[in-house]
Order: sequence, then C-alpha cells, then structure tokens
Amino acid sequence: MATHAAIEDQYFVPAPSWWPFALTAALFVLVHGIVGYLNGTGFGTIPSIVGVIGVITMVVVWFRGVIAESEGGLYGAQVDRTYRWAMGWFIFSEVMFFAAFFGALFYARMYSLPWLGGDLPATNEVLWSGFEFTWPSNGPAALGGAFETIPAWGIPFLNTCLLVASGVTFEAAHHALKEDKRGRTLAFMVATIALGAIFLFYQAEEYVEAYSHLNLTLGSGIYGSTFFMLTGFHGMHVTLGVIMLTVVTVRIAFGHFTTDRHFAFEAVGWYWHFVDVVWIGLFIFVYVV
Amino acid sequence: MSHAADHHDDHHHGPATLSDGFGKWAMRWISTTNHKDLGTLYLWFSFLMFFVGGAMALVIRAELFQPGMQFVDPEFFNQMTAMHALIMIFGAVMPGFVGLANWMIPMMIGCSDLALPRVNNWGFWILPFAFTILISTLFVPGGAPAAGWTMYPPLSLQTSNAFPMLIFAIHLMGISSITGAINVVVTILNMRAPGMTLLKMPLFVWTWLITAYLLIAVMPVLAGAVTMLLTDKYFATSFFSAAGGGDPVMFQHIFWFFGHPEVYILILPAFGIVSTIIPTFARKQLFGYDSMVYATASIAFLSFIVWAHHMFTAGMPIAAELFFMFSTMLIAVPTGVKVFNWVATMWRGSMTFETPMLFAIAFVFLFTIGGFSGLMLAIAPVDFQYHDTYFVVAHFHYVLVPGAIFAIMGGVYYWLPKWSGVMYNETAGKWHFWLTTIFVNVTFFPMHFSGLAGMPRRIPDYAVQFADFNMIASVGAFGFGFSQFIFLWIVIQACRRKGEAATARVWEGAHGLEWTVPSPAPYHTFETPPVVSDAEVTAVHDEPAHA
Repeated sequence: MATHAAIEDQYFVPAPSWWPFALTAALFVLVHGIVGYLNGTGFGTIPSIVGVIGVITMVVVWFRGVIAESEGGLYGAQVDRTYRWAMGWFIFSEVMFFAAFFGALFYARMYSLPWLGGDLPATNEVLWSGFEFTWPSNGPAALGGAFETIPAWGIPFLNTCLLVASGVTFEAAHHALKEDKRGRTLAFMVATIALGAIFLFYQAEEYVEAYSHLNLTLGSGIYGSTFFMLTGFHGMHVTLGVIMLTVVTVRIAFGHFTTDRHFAFEAVGWYWHFVDVVWIGLFIFVYVV
Repeated sequence: MSHAADHHDDHHHGPATLSDGFGKWAMRWISTTNHKDLGTLYLWFSFLMFFVGGAMALVIRAELFQPGMQFVDPEFFNQMTAMHALIMIFGAVMPGFVGLANWMIPMMIGCSDLALPRVNNWGFWILPFAFTILISTLFVPGGAPAAGWTMYPPLSLQTSNAFPMLIFAIHLMGISSITGAINVVVTILNMRAPGMTLLKMPLFVWTWLITAYLLIAVMPVLAGAVTMLLTDKYFATSFFSAAGGGDPVMFQHIFWFFGHPEVYILILPAFGIVSTIIPTFARKQLFGYDSMVYATASIAFLSFIVWAHHMFTAGMPIAAELFFMFSTMLIAVPTGVKVFNWVATMWRGSMTFETPMLFAIAFVFLFTIGGFSGLMLAIAPVDFQYHDTYFVVAHFHYVLVPGAIFAIMGGVYYWLPKWSGVMYNETAGKWHFWLTTIFVNVTFFPMHFSGLAGMPRRIPDYAVQFADFNMIASVGAFGFGFSQFIFLWIVIQACRRKGEAATARVWEGAHGLEWTVPSPAPYHTFETPPVVSDAEVTAVHDEPAHA
C-alpha cells in the first residue's frame, strides 16, 4: 500500500485535457441543430444528429477516463470527498430546477386561477367574466378542448410502488456490495434496473393513453403544461438514472469497486433516491391532490 | 509528480508559449486544467465582453444624446438595451469574478488547484460558445432579443429567430455557472490547507463560498423559467398565458426568484475584494471579520425572500407588497454592517492611496449611494412613481458599475503584480481611476434626476424637458468608455512584463498565503499543503482591541 499512502499526501491534478472543449463544441453543434429545427430553417436534422452523437461520445470518453483513473488508483481520500460534495451540490441544483416547475404548478393553482375565477372580482370581471375556478383546468379559454386526467390510484400508484421498491432493491444491492457478495449485488441491481425500466414503460403507456384517449396534451392549458413538463422532466431523469444504474452494474460485473470504496455506485444511488423523492412529490401534487 | 520529470526534457519548464508554435500554444489554452490559466482566460473573456457590452451602451447613449431619432431605429435600440444587459451581467461581471476566484481561491486557501480542474475548463469554454450564439442573434432575421434581459412574456415571445438562440445561450451559461459554482464550493469545503479553518479564510473566499451557493440555488430556476418560455412559444404550453390558466406575472415571480439572488451574486464577491484591499492599504486588520461573514450570510438568506420588490406595480395582494417592502428594507442592516466595518477599518489607519485602494474607497462611497437609492425603491408606494424610470437605471448602475466593476478593477490592480510579476504603471492607474470615477458619476448621477422627473427606461426618444440631463449622461458615458483603454493598456503592459519587478509581498500591508509565493506566481503553487502561519491569517481576523 506504499503507493496508496503517497497518493494521500498529494493533490490530484489531472493533466491537460481536450474532453471538455470537445464536449462544448458538440453541445454547440447540437444547439444549432435544435435552433434550426425550431426556426424551420431546414438546417436542423444534420447538426442535431451530429451534436447528439458528439455529446454522447464525449460523455462516454470523459467518464471512461475518470473510471480508468479511479481504477488505476489515482484517487485518494480527498478526491473521494470532492466527488461526494460535488454530487451533493449537483443534486441540490436539480432540486431547484424541479422547484421552478412545482412553483409554477402551485402558483397557478393557488393564485392565478382562483384570481381569474373571481377571488379578485375585478380581474374576473375585466378579463374572463363568468369563468369559475376548478381544478384540473385548461384555463378560461379551455385551450386544447375538454380532457380527462389520469386517475391517481391506477398506473401512477403502481409506478410509485415500483420506484419505492427500486429504492429498496438498490439499498439491498449496496449492502451486498459492502459485504463483497457480488452475485447478490448484481441480482439486486438487475432488479433495480428492471423496476426503473418498467416504470418508464408504464409512464410511456400513460402518455399514449393521455394523447390518444383522454385528449390530455401539452396544449391542455396550465394542467397539461404542468403535468407533462413535470412528469416529462422526471421521466428524463429516470431514464438517465437507469442508464447510470446500468453503467455501475456493468462495472460491478467487471469487478470494479471495493467493499469500502465505491463512490460512483453510491452517487448513482443518491441520484436514484432523489428521482424517487421527486416522484413522490409528483404523485402527491400532480396526481392525488 | 510527472512534470518534475519533464523538467529535463523541456527547455523551458511550464506551459507552451507562442514561441513554441501557434498550434501548441492554442492547445495549451484549450486543454488547460490549470486554475491560473483558466483564471486568465476568464478575465480576458470578461474584459472582451466589457468592451462589447460597453460599445452597445454607447450606441444607446449616442441615440439618447438628443431627443428625437438620430442614429438607430427603435427596434435596434431595444435590442441594444437587452443585449447590453445580458452581455454585461453574464459575460462581463460574472466571468470577471469567476476569473478572480480561479486565480486567487486556491492560492488563498493553500491548495494546488480547484477541486475539479477539467470541469473548470468546461465551465470556461462553454462561455465563448454561448456568447457566440447570443451575439450572433444580431445577424439573424428579426434581429437580436429586444424584450429586455428580463425576457418578460408575452413581449419576449414575439422575438423571432433569435428566440431559441437566446434560450439555449442562457442554458449554456447556466451550465457554466453551476459547474463553476460547484467547483468553488467543493474547493473551499474540501481543499483548504491544514489549519485554514473556515473562520480564518480570507473574506474573498467567504463571499465566494456564499455566492457559489446562491448560484447553485438559482441558476436552475432561471433554466426552468426560460424552458417554460421555450415551450410556451414552440410547444403549446400555457405557463404564461391567462387563456390557458397561466399568468404572465408568474414568469416575473419565477424570474425574480432567480434574479434577486443574482444581483447579490454580482456584488458579494465585490464585498470580498473590497474587504481584502482596504485592510492592506489602511495597514490595519479588517474591522469586524466575524460580523462581515455573518452579514454576508444574512444578505444571502434575505435575497431569497425579497424578489417581488421588482414587481410592485405588476399587481400583488397588499399583504405581499408589505412583506416584500419590509424584507427588502431589512437588507440595509447587514449591508450597513459592512459599510461601517469598512469605514472603521480605515479609521485611524496608516492609509496610502494606491490605485486598488482608490477603487476600494470609491466603491464604499458610490456603492452606498446605490444602496440608498435601493432603499428608496424598496418603499412600495414610492416605487409606484419610480418604477421603470431612469431612477431605477441610476440605482442599479450605481451598484453595478462603481460597485461590482470597480471592485473587479480594484482587484485586478491589487493582484496584477502577483500574476504578472511586474508593478503596473501607477500614474496611468491613477489617471484611469480618476477619469473613470468622474465620468461614472457624470453618466449616472443625472439619471436620478431625469428618472424622478418621470423619464421612462428603454425608450429611444424622450420629451424635451429631459434633454439636458441626457446630454450630460451621454458625454459621461463616452468619457467613461474611452477611459477604459487606459486600463487595457495597463493590463497589456503587465502581460508583456513591462514594469518594475514586483516583490513576493507586493504591498507592504498585504497578508495572506497568496503573498508567500513569488511574483509572478509559479505555474503550480502549493502542490503540498503549506503551513498556515498565524501572521498570514490573523491579519484578516478580528482581534481584541489591545492587538
């Protein structure tokens, strides 16, 4: 362990790297593609495809590099603490991103719709005389036409159970990893991934149902806006979470991590629990209440 | 470490310079993970954007020199006001502070680099790309965004092809800010040399720790707000449309929940710089170190509960108006603590007035004027008169130009000898300071009067009774703008190593770990943690009166 001790005494400073610049360049191309698509300039598809491929490539290259450094024993305890702090603050930033959309939901339900509906009589009279506040609502102009909502105690409740269960199976995997029982770890990780994937499948099914039978779309006024943006961004995070779970599972299969040093695994766990907690908030405030 | 081995292979140890060939030199800057290199890049980028945003300000002032339409059409005028603000806030002031943080925080707390050097590189290199997107909107059909930097819907939704470019440029800047802020927080919490306890840290480090926390908390909210704008325009959502049950005022709430902490993001690091410069040139310890830390934290907390003072005239229940009025006034308490501490630090000190100190003293005076006009604006009933007038323009330019920008300039003069190894030209520095300070007041002080008399913001033409004050302001603006070429010359001279060699300590009264390394600071500093001696840290610490 002599090398190990030497690492503990020094700061880890990586060599110069072209990865971040290349990642940024790929993002730049991707943005041009999306802008071209939104502006209808006819110059969107190719930069979008090139950009997506570039971004994915660079993320893979960067993370492969970090994994190689980690497995190569270059990271001491200080680097480990750095990653812990950084992951924690990153999740905090994610919390604030969701807070903006939850804020929009609460503001619409608690203020703007009741005001339009007569809590502020002048607003009601001048803007939309005769409009009454109900929830769910697509607003006084009934944008998108009449719609139905997804009942909370069907698929959404099932999905809640799936995600909570996946949190439990992840922790079981974590305990198994700490006890160096790789087979059990892998089994529980596969279960976690499967639960996440089934969640995503049901979520997609719910969207199909909403669009094809319930007439609930992004255009269904403020209800459709908040419903799809909140569940959509959450679904994107679950997708990312499933990818991350898959990566650490593969790493376990390749013999990465030790019983006491496996922060990448724990970081994915933090992220997965965060996604879980956001879902519980969604289930309560979007579906039930 | 590996570069020790390289030493013998390479003729000049260290990073590539232009004499090694352009390709090598360019790759050095593109791929660098060194906090000093990235600090330099951030500062030059900030300087460039300062001139670009300044040129736009001069277009505005040229048009307003006289009533009537002179040079530009109203649409372009509005593009200038929106772009000037976006470029100055996100391109000049924030990267300027990040550049100073990059250079100084590792040297101040005694570590080798930021915690995540590659992420640091990413955070910087996003900016040139993001601003390429933003500035190129000037050349797309329909022109640049013209609805103000606050992007209020429904007006901002009328932006044409520039709209998605604006949104994605802001998303990219957000990624840059959040990753940069995470890096700063983690560095400060995890990388301090042994003995550098939290309450021994220099105030610049403290203010940046709190600023970074604010950035992580609110930049995602801005990302959410602009994402809602994007989906409202292109994907049929109705967050900000009353027809669908949304509310345009809701955008203002979400935006200013970001926007008010943002204005403290633009000023807290300035507080840290001024708290560093004043003790050096007063040759006294900073008065009330602990209270400075607590005041900074209080300001950060209050910044989350005052946002609607930007919206007093937008329509709010009276209880909300009162709450936001009083919470805003509370901010005067911790801010006052700071101003009194700076004055008390100077009280009976052995003061000298080198350029950094001049900027710091001007900061204390002129920022306080901006603070007082802010207090006036906090009074809701009075704000009904002031809202959207030049009084507001005068207020925020007083806190941002002789506030944030003066602090950055003072910081650059203060640390330039440490970065370059040579003393800047003090005579030129004094010329720069006096011209800047005189012209900044000529520019912005008359705006108080035209604003109180009722001149609205963001208009290319105005009633003739405002003509005199506008003419004065325009003269001041051009004087201010051209004075900055002195600053540019001074910085270029320092980069070319023209000037007297600087000592390690540089300033007689300076204390802190950054002054224990040679000038110019070696490419790598503190690769093993330094011993944190009391002489370097207690100097910034509040000691009993007998000290």
